[in-house]
Amino acid sequence: MRKVYVREEVCIGCRLCEVYCQLKHARSKDLVKAFKRESPPPLARIRVDEKGVVSLSVRCQQCDDAPCVQACLTGALERNPESRLVNVDEDRCIGCWTCLLVCPLAAIKPDTEQKRALKCDLCQGEEIPVCVANCPNEALVYVEV
Amino acid sequence: MARAEKIKYLIIGNSAGGIGAAEAIRGVDKAGTLTIVSDEPYPAYSRPLISEHLSEGRPLEKILYRPADFYDKNKIKTLFGDKVAQINFSERTLELESGRTIAWQKLLLATGGSPIVPGMEGKDLKGVFTFTTLDDAKAIDKFLKQRQGKIKAVVIGGGLIGVSATEALLKRGVEVSIVEMKDWILNTILDEEAAALEAVALSGAGVDIITGHTVARINSSLLGEVNGISLDDGRSIPCDMVVVAIGVTPRLDLVAGNGVKTNRGIIVDRRMATSVPGVYACGDVAEAYDFVYGENRVTPVWPNAYTGGRVAGLNIAGKKAEYGGGTAMNALKYFGVNILSAGMVTPPDDSYEVISQRGDGIYRKVIIKGGEILGMVFAGDIEKAGIIYNLMKDGVNVAAFKEALVADDFGLASLPEKIWRARLEIPASEEASIVPPVELPEEAVIDE
Repeated sequence: MRKVYVREEVCIGCRLCEVYCQLKHARSKDLVKAFKRESPPPLARIRVDEKGVVSLSVRCQQCDDAPCVQACLTGALERNPESRLVNVDEDRCIGCWTCLLVCPLAAIKPDTEQKRALKCDLCQGEEIPVCVANCPNEALVYVEV
Repeated sequence: MARAEKIKYLIIGNSAGGIGAAEAIRGVDKAGTLTIVSDEPYPAYSRPLISEHLSEGRPLEKILYRPADFYDKNKIKTLFGDKVAQINFSERTLELESGRTIAWQKLLLATGGSPIVPGMEGKDLKGVFTFTTLDDAKAIDKFLKQRQGKIKAVVIGGGLIGVSATEALLKRGVEVSIVEMKDWILNTILDEEAAALEAVALSGAGVDIITGHTVARINSSLLGEVNGISLDDGRSIPCDMVVVAIGVTPRLDLVAGNGVKTNRGIIVDRRMATSVPGVYACGDVAEAYDFVYGENRVTPVWPNAYTGGRVAGLNIAGKKAEYGGGTAMNALKYFGVNILSAGMVTPPDDSYEVISQRGDGIYRKVIIKGGEILGMVFAGDIEKAGIIYNLMKDGVNVAAFKEALVADDFGLASLPEKIWRARLEIPASEEASIVPPVELPEEAVIDE
């Protein structure tokens, strides 16, 4: 399957990937509305970690043998056998956060307001995930692995 | 006597461990006969969701652990609502209480734990419940529906099950007192400080918490119904119902005196194999490797049951797989307080180093010895806890960056480059062919 990877060498921590992720997962597809008026506010499923000059755009890597799928108490986290994508069934997720505890990348975003786990879905319906498509520095790559 | 077919894979227990094993077996062997026996009459459901069943009436279909067609799709024969009476390990057969005899080639014991109910006076009265199965939740629901007016409950035991029952009862309008023997609630999974955050939330919701005491007896009305409890100091608390939530103990009855090596639970090796050839165990009944303590321990938590079951299933189906180990790990979300903990939560002596940070409902704590993380408690801000848990699981020496672990801005970039690269890098073999070479910036750009 294709996955998104960060090239740390050229990631400058501009966080545009977060912005586009947030917009992509907003109900209103309008930047200003999404950020200023939408309630509950849309949340990015990716995160930029920074320390000094190191910045890393981090998201779910759709692990084989994903620890989150194994740990999920309700079965809400499941792997789609065709796409290999790890999905959260939002109806079954109760926001217990067990998945957060086992993820080595801390790639699951807790939506504490709606009590459900959010994660990168590689922008279903888009040819290229929006974080990759909109990275001004080509620091994100979408590659077949 | 005509003997039924010999089942290739027989699993006793239809919860996280049993399902983990069944899925692993089917990943290897699509056709070999596979049967799951369970004394519960339901398809696998998410046990932690029984509190949602009680609090909001969430039906079985909405708490299923796997889709309704799971068993059919995976060609799993189910014997639900039937109990194993005894196992004959030398003959490789077992008898069900319904009278059937089943022969098996490989057996997995995923029988789980049963709630501990101490032999106190009044324990069999009408209105005394436990809270570990869907039937327990249904029984409480039925009881509440039959009663009029304000109902008062005493929950014995302030652990995870007790707090979960308390939250559900509160949502049903029941007034709740928790009686906890130790000095603070949730004492096996949280340190005093994190538990205090939870206690404040509970008290704020109107729960009366009594610590440092035990229930000496449950008092009866003339009708044989619960009408109160008496504490060890003689105090009485009137109530209409009692939930006994002291803990669970491995269900060892099927292996007692049968040659299967046990301690607190059934002892298994890293392949989840018991001392009897062809017999495996996992989940709450098993005593499996704990990577924090470096020895076998009973860690009755859902994720370890699933993962242990998966390892057992792979080995049962003929693959070689090793259990990397589990440790006590818990995620709490009760009363809006989010807490994650794993491993040790309180250092056993002062040879351990504790690094912590706190403020405004946020609490982060890591316990370190010999440079390695042995325990963690994260409350309020839990987003990065997974990074810490995996450093602990992988036995990474964190001495050089330990202070960063509890910092506000902690993230993958706070770790040594070698570690974050290993977690984020494109798998090496594919890299060269797919990714165009990165044009690296100049070594340094210095203003003239």
